[in-house]
Amino acid sequence: MHYLDANASEPLRPEARSALLQALDATGNPSSVHRSGRTARRWLEDARESLAGRFGGRPGDLIFTSGGTEADALALHALGAGRRLIVSAVEHDAIRSVVGTGRDVEVLRVDETGVADLDQLETLLRDGPPALVCLMLANNETGTIQPIADAAALCRHRGALLHVDAVQAAGRMNVDIAALGAHALALSSHKLGGPTGAGALLLAADAPQIAALIVGGGQERGRRGGTPPVGVIAGFAAAACAAQECTGLAALRDAAEHAAVACGAIVCGAGAERLPNTTSLALPGVRADAQVMALDIAGIAVSAGAACSSGKVAASHVLTAMGLGALAGQAIRVSLPWNATLADIDAFIAAYQRMADRLRSTLVPHAA
Amino acid sequence: MRAPMRIVVAMSGGVDSSVVAGLLHEAGHEVIGVTLQLYDHGVATGRKGSCCAGQDIHDARRVADRLGIAHYVIDAEDRFARAVIADFADSYAAGETPIPCVRCNQTVKFTDLTALARGLDAERLATGHYVRRVDGPGGAELHRAADPARDQSWFLFATTQAQLDFCLFPLGGMPDKRVVRDVADRLGLAVADKPDSQDICFVPSGTYMDVVGKLRPDALEVGEIVNSDGDVLGRHDGIARYTVGQGKRLGQAAMVGGERQIVIATEPGRRRIVVGPRGSGTRTVRLREVNWLVEPPADGLRCTVKLRARDSQHPALVRVSGGSAPGSAEVLLDEPALPAPGQACVFYDGDRVLGGGFIRSSEVG
Repeated sequence: MHYLDANASEPLRPEARSALLQALDATGNPSSVHRSGRTARRWLEDARESLAGRFGGRPGDLIFTSGGTEADALALHALGAGRRLIVSAVEHDAIRSVVGTGRDVEVLRVDETGVADLDQLETLLRDGPPALVCLMLANNETGTIQPIADAAALCRHRGALLHVDAVQAAGRMNVDIAALGAHALALSSHKLGGPTGAGALLLAADAPQIAALIVGGGQERGRRGGTPPVGVIAGFAAAACAAQECTGLAALRDAAEHAAVACGAIVCGAGAERLPNTTSLALPGVRADAQVMALDIAGIAVSAGAACSSGKVAASHVLTAMGLGALAGQAIRVSLPWNATLADIDAFIAAYQRMADRLRSTLVPHAA
Repeated sequence: MRAPMRIVVAMSGGVDSSVVAGLLHEAGHEVIGVTLQLYDHGVATGRKGSCCAGQDIHDARRVADRLGIAHYVIDAEDRFARAVIADFADSYAAGETPIPCVRCNQTVKFTDLTALARGLDAERLATGHYVRRVDGPGGAELHRAADPARDQSWFLFATTQAQLDFCLFPLGGMPDKRVVRDVADRLGLAVADKPDSQDICFVPSGTYMDVVGKLRPDALEVGEIVNSDGDVLGRHDGIARYTVGQGKRLGQAAMVGGERQIVIATEPGRRRIVVGPRGSGTRTVRLREVNWLVEPPADGLRCTVKLRARDSQHPALVRVSGGSAPGSAEVLLDEPALPAPGQACVFYDGDRVLGGGFIRSSEVG
């Protein structure tokens, strides 16, 4: 199996595995006063310091969560309290799910490459009440990178808060909360090669104090209740240290992209600055779920659109927001993991060429 | 046993198609399970916030897990909404009585899934239908199931020869459902005791008219009940509520001159229901969208025909009619019967299905 679905979950890095196993064997709860508790707490706080430093923040401003979705939910809950929400049209469902819940939400449009319209943002900020703006750093489907620093300057000028979902960007490009000017960053362990089950919300030094979404026993300085999974968090921190900018993957990604384009594919978001490991390839006239099936049968793991928990693949809201119309249901996402090799890409190219030929000759587009 | 093949199995999550996947896997084939998401389950059941997928998709995936086979869910919601649900409502509005299962088989299942299976380099598509595929001199033949209580051949009349050649129906020879459940049990499939599905899948509560009324409110507008001379005998509450042959819901028009009345025709254009005495019938049945599984007969075909899902056989002569629409045929029944427009008239030679078509509305008189 050639695994090219890193944006769904990165393979576990050896450094993360080693830290995870080591910390798992340490008995104890970081809240306990005895020696075992102190050992567990040391693992936890070492990880907190390491992660905060890695992303340009202070340890006291990093709150561990169960993952990226909970980090986003905490930001919406705590930073969004009493504020109007402005969310980009290409946000992950962890953010986008607030649309339609009855909260005051404006959706920020994107251009055909997936980049948010900052003119619209400025208009919205100028005219409305205080807002929390949610804009992701790198998109999970196309890899499109948003102009966060510019958005942050606008937000700060207008008294708005900016929450940045950096789940896909962290570990793949330089991410520094101070340099970005964001008020909060959402991070996820397994998207950067750590184990699943941990994430974090990193607050800027000047972010407001936040109230817990899960109160419980007052852990994380009262900002997130529940015993933290120390082993998983140790793995998270080790993975973040090991994860370097993945610019080395760009050449492999580009090779895959060129071969797909030669088969008639269109690269969604091609004009934008993108993550080096991600490409979104639309094959006109061929439904995405069939492409994913054919590639899976050929031993290539990729994904398409937004997979519902049913396994159904629906047309991508990201590509729809980019104005791609029917192509939004005909695109697959290829995302290279940190350990991708030339052999993976060669296998992908061979399978893609065969898949494109075969499906185009058999699948008949439906008459209306 | 032939060499192992790659076979796509259409898995509904029910016991029948689960057993098909299990048997083919056990026989050494490379089985790829595919489940169609036909409609949003959360919306259909009116449960807000519930998952779009029903229990059936979950069951199908768990069967695939148990067997250790690949499994995929295909989003066929748009296609199903247009080809099956909208057609269902339109057909009622046109005064007909549709068979959505046939439309689904014709489009989503056999057309789309055979295309997908070929695209995945599969050699066969297998389903849990109770029909037998018999290899004859002219290619695959469609025959009734061994178990007459389960036979679904009437619902599969529209399967084309090319589709039939590509398909497998491993349950067609099963003596009865108990045996199928026993196989599921032996294979350790959790669906072994799952109840059979009932009625029309996209109308879970059985309220057809809610679905029709939403898409075609005109089909539920009130109108007149008349006799074949056009005399008004009463009122009805929507043409969609009536099927040719029906004796219920006629109110004061149910009995005329001491004779029980039944619906003998619908006039959708004038929103009228036409009644006549029980025992009314016709000997000529006109068909559209005829599918032939034998060479279309030049001089007419003596056979028996079945006009409803649960119907006896009627001896008849079927003639290809040259008329305007391609795929037309005319059936001359030996004895009069009362076919309902929109239903199927399927031609049989003993157990073998020779073809069939949809019954057209007939002129009154």
